[in-house]
Amino acid sequence: MERFSFVFLVAGVIFFVFAFAVSGLIPMLPVQDLEVRTIEQMAQDPPFEWTLLQEQYPEAFQKAFGGLNENQAFAEALRVGHKQYVGEACWHCHSQQIRPWGNDEARYGPKSFPEEYHNELNMPPLWGTRRIGPDLIRRGGRQSNDWHVAHFYHPPDVNPPSVMPDYPWFYEEDGLTPNKTGLSVIAYVQWLGSWMPRVNETIYDIDHLDGTYSAPAVSHPEPPAAPQQQQQPTDPFAEEEQN
Amino acid sequence: MSSNSNIQEAGGGAAPAAEHVSPSENVIVKHHIVAAAFWLGVALLAGLFYSMQLLQHWPLPKWAVLSPGRIRMVHTNLIAFGFLTNAFLAMLYWTVPRLTGRAVLSRGLGWLILGAWNLIILGTWIGLHLGEAQAVEWGETPVWIDPLVVLGALLVWAQFYPSIFRAREKALYVSLWYFSAGLIWLGLTYIMGNFFPQYLVAGNAAGPLLGLYIHDLVGLFVTPMGWGMMYFFVPIILRRPIWSHALSLVGFWGLAFFYPLQGVHHFLGSPIPMFAQYSAVVSTIAIEIVVTTVVINFFMTWKGTEGYLKRSIPIRWFWLGTLNYFITCLQCAFQVTLTFQQVIHFTDWVVGHAHLVMFGVFSFWIFGMIEHLWPKLVGREWWSQSLRNWSFWLTAVGLSGMFLVLTAGGVAEGFMSLNLAPRETILEMLRPFWFTRTLTGVMIIFGVGCLFTNMAMTAIKSRMAHVDLDYEPYEQPEKEVRIGTI
Repeated sequence: MERFSFVFLVAGVIFFVFAFAVSGLIPMLPVQDLEVRTIEQMAQDPPFEWTLLQEQYPEAFQKAFGGLNENQAFAEALRVGHKQYVGEACWHCHSQQIRPWGNDEARYGPKSFPEEYHNELNMPPLWGTRRIGPDLIRRGGRQSNDWHVAHFYHPPDVNPPSVMPDYPWFYEEDGLTPNKTGLSVIAYVQWLGSWMPRVNETIYDIDHLDGTYSAPAVSHPEPPAAPQQQQQPTDPFAEEEQN
Repeated sequence: MSSNSNIQEAGGGAAPAAEHVSPSENVIVKHHIVAAAFWLGVALLAGLFYSMQLLQHWPLPKWAVLSPGRIRMVHTNLIAFGFLTNAFLAMLYWTVPRLTGRAVLSRGLGWLILGAWNLIILGTWIGLHLGEAQAVEWGETPVWIDPLVVLGALLVWAQFYPSIFRAREKALYVSLWYFSAGLIWLGLTYIMGNFFPQYLVAGNAAGPLLGLYIHDLVGLFVTPMGWGMMYFFVPIILRRPIWSHALSLVGFWGLAFFYPLQGVHHFLGSPIPMFAQYSAVVSTIAIEIVVTTVVINFFMTWKGTEGYLKRSIPIRWFWLGTLNYFITCLQCAFQVTLTFQQVIHFTDWVVGHAHLVMFGVFSFWIFGMIEHLWPKLVGREWWSQSLRNWSFWLTAVGLSGMFLVLTAGGVAEGFMSLNLAPRETILEMLRPFWFTRTLTGVMIIFGVGCLFTNMAMTAIKSRMAHVDLDYEPYEQPEKEVRIGTI
C-alpha cells in the first residue's frame, strides 16, 4: 500500500474511474436518449419579444443581422448572446435552475427538468452556484425589451439596490440604442423560459401553486420525442426522482 | 509502525543531497515562489475590486475588458492556476528530490515548465479579460487554453514521476503517496471537466461532471498537494515524527476513495437524478470522519510542542491552517445535508466556505512554506521579524472576519430567501455585510503585502546570513542516513 505502483494504480486511476462511473456516467443513463437540440432547431420558434425587438430597433437590427432571415438572425443572436452571458460571468450571480425545495417554486415556477437543458446552449449547462440576482431559467418575458435596454446600461436606474454592473459596451455611441451585442443578450435572456407558461415572482402572484405540483408541461417547443426507448431504462430512476 | 520512527524517517529520510538537490534547482523553487506571489497579488486585487462592485462602487473605468464579471473569474482562476499551482510546483521541486533521493528528470525541463506554465496563466488572464471564458466554474480558462494545460500537466508528470518511480526506498513516505496520486488526478480531473461537458455531453449529462470538476480540483489536486506538503514540513521543523502512521494510511486511502465521489453535491436540487445526489451527500459525510483522523494525527504530533507556536511562524501558519481545515470540513458535513441546502445554497455562506478552504487552509500552509523556505533560498535571515508577525496577524484576523461575515450574511440571506422576501430587500440587508467583507479583504491585502515586502527586502537588504539548521543534519554527503522501514 505504500509502493508507487499500487498508489498510482489503485488510488490514482482505479478510484477515480470508479467515481467517474458512479457520479458521472450512471447519471447520464436516464437522459441518454434525449436529443440534444441545436441552436438552429431552437431558433425556429423565437419568442414574441424577438419580433418586438426587431420592430423597436430597425436600424440597429439591420446593421447587426442584415441579410439574414428571421430564424437565422435569431440563431445568430442566441449564439452571440450566450457567448456574452458566459464571458461576462452572468452565470456566477444568476442561477439557471429551480430547485424542488427552498420555496424556489413559489418564486420562479415549477422545478427544472432535464429537457430544458438538452441543447447546444447548455454545453456546459449554466446552472450556477450563487444567486445574487434572480434565477433566470424562466425569466424571459417577465420584463419588457425597454426595461432590459434601460437596465443593462445602468441597473440601479430601474432597480436602485441592484449591484449588477453597467454594460455600456452593449450600446451604440448614443448610449440608447443596443448594438449587436446588446440585442443578442436581450434576445438570449428573453428566450430563457419561452418554452414554459410565464409566472411571476412575488408572493401575491403564486396562483400556479394552488393546485398540486403537477409534472411540468412543456408548451413549446415540443420536447424531443423518444418516449418508447426512454421509459424502459429510466424506470427505476424516474421513480426515485418523483419521490 | 511509528513507535520506533526516528527523525530521519519523519523528514522523509533524505539521501545524500549534494548530487541530488543542486543550487540551481533551488533557483527554480525561488522563481516558482516569486511567480506564485505575483499571481496572488493580481488575484487579491481582482477580489477587492469585485467586492467593491457589490457596494455599487466600481473603482476601475467602465471598459469591457475590465468588466466586473470578468474580474471575478480572474480572481478565482489566478488563485487556482497562478498562485496555488506555482507554489505547489515550488514545493514539489523542494520535497521530491529529498524524499526520493533522486534528482528530478531534467533541469532544462524545469525551466520549460516554469515558462510554459506561466505563459498559460498569462493567456488565461488575457483570455478572461477579452470575454473568452468557458462556462466551467473554476475552469473558465478559454477553450483554446485547455489543451495547453493538459500538455503542461504531461510535462509535470514527466518531471516528477520518474523520481518517485525510482525512489531509493520502495516503501514511499506519506507525502509521496499524495503526490503520486495527486499529479495524475490533476490531469484526469482537468480533462473530465473541461472537455466532456464542452464537446461531448449536454445539459443534465454534463452537469454532474461540472460538479465533479469543481470538487476534484480542490479535493484531488489542491488537497493532496497541501497534505503532502504538511507531512513533509511539519516533522522537519518540529524534529519529531508524525504521531501515527496508521492514521496517515487511513487519511490517504479514505481521501482517495471518498473524495472523487462527492462532486454532485455542488448541484443538489438540480435535475441530476436523486440517487447521484444522495451518493454525493453520503460520501461527503463519510469523508468528514477520514478528515478528522488526519487532523487528530497532526494535533497529536503538535502535542507538547506548543512553544513552537510562539517561536516558529511557519508552524503558526500550519497550525492555524489545520484548525481552519477542520472547521471547513465540519461545515461540509452539515451544509451538504438537504436541510441546510434549502437555506444556504446560492448564498454567501458558500462563498465564505470557499474562502476559508482556499485561503484559510491551503494559502496559509503555502505562506508557512514560504516563511520556512525563503531564507534558505536567498541565503539570508528574514529582514524584519515584526513584519512577519504583522503579516500573520493581519491575514489571519482578516480571513477569520471575512469568513464570519460571509457566513452570517449567508444565513440571513438564505432565510430571507426561503421566506420569499423581495430580492431588493435582501440586497439592502446584505450591504453592511458586504462592506465589512471589503474591509477584511483590505486587511488581508495588507497582511500579504507585509509578507511580500519582507520577502523582497530579505532578498535585497537583509545582512544576516541564514544558517540552515533544518536540513543540515540530513544533507551531509558523508553521513550515512538509514531510512527506516515504515
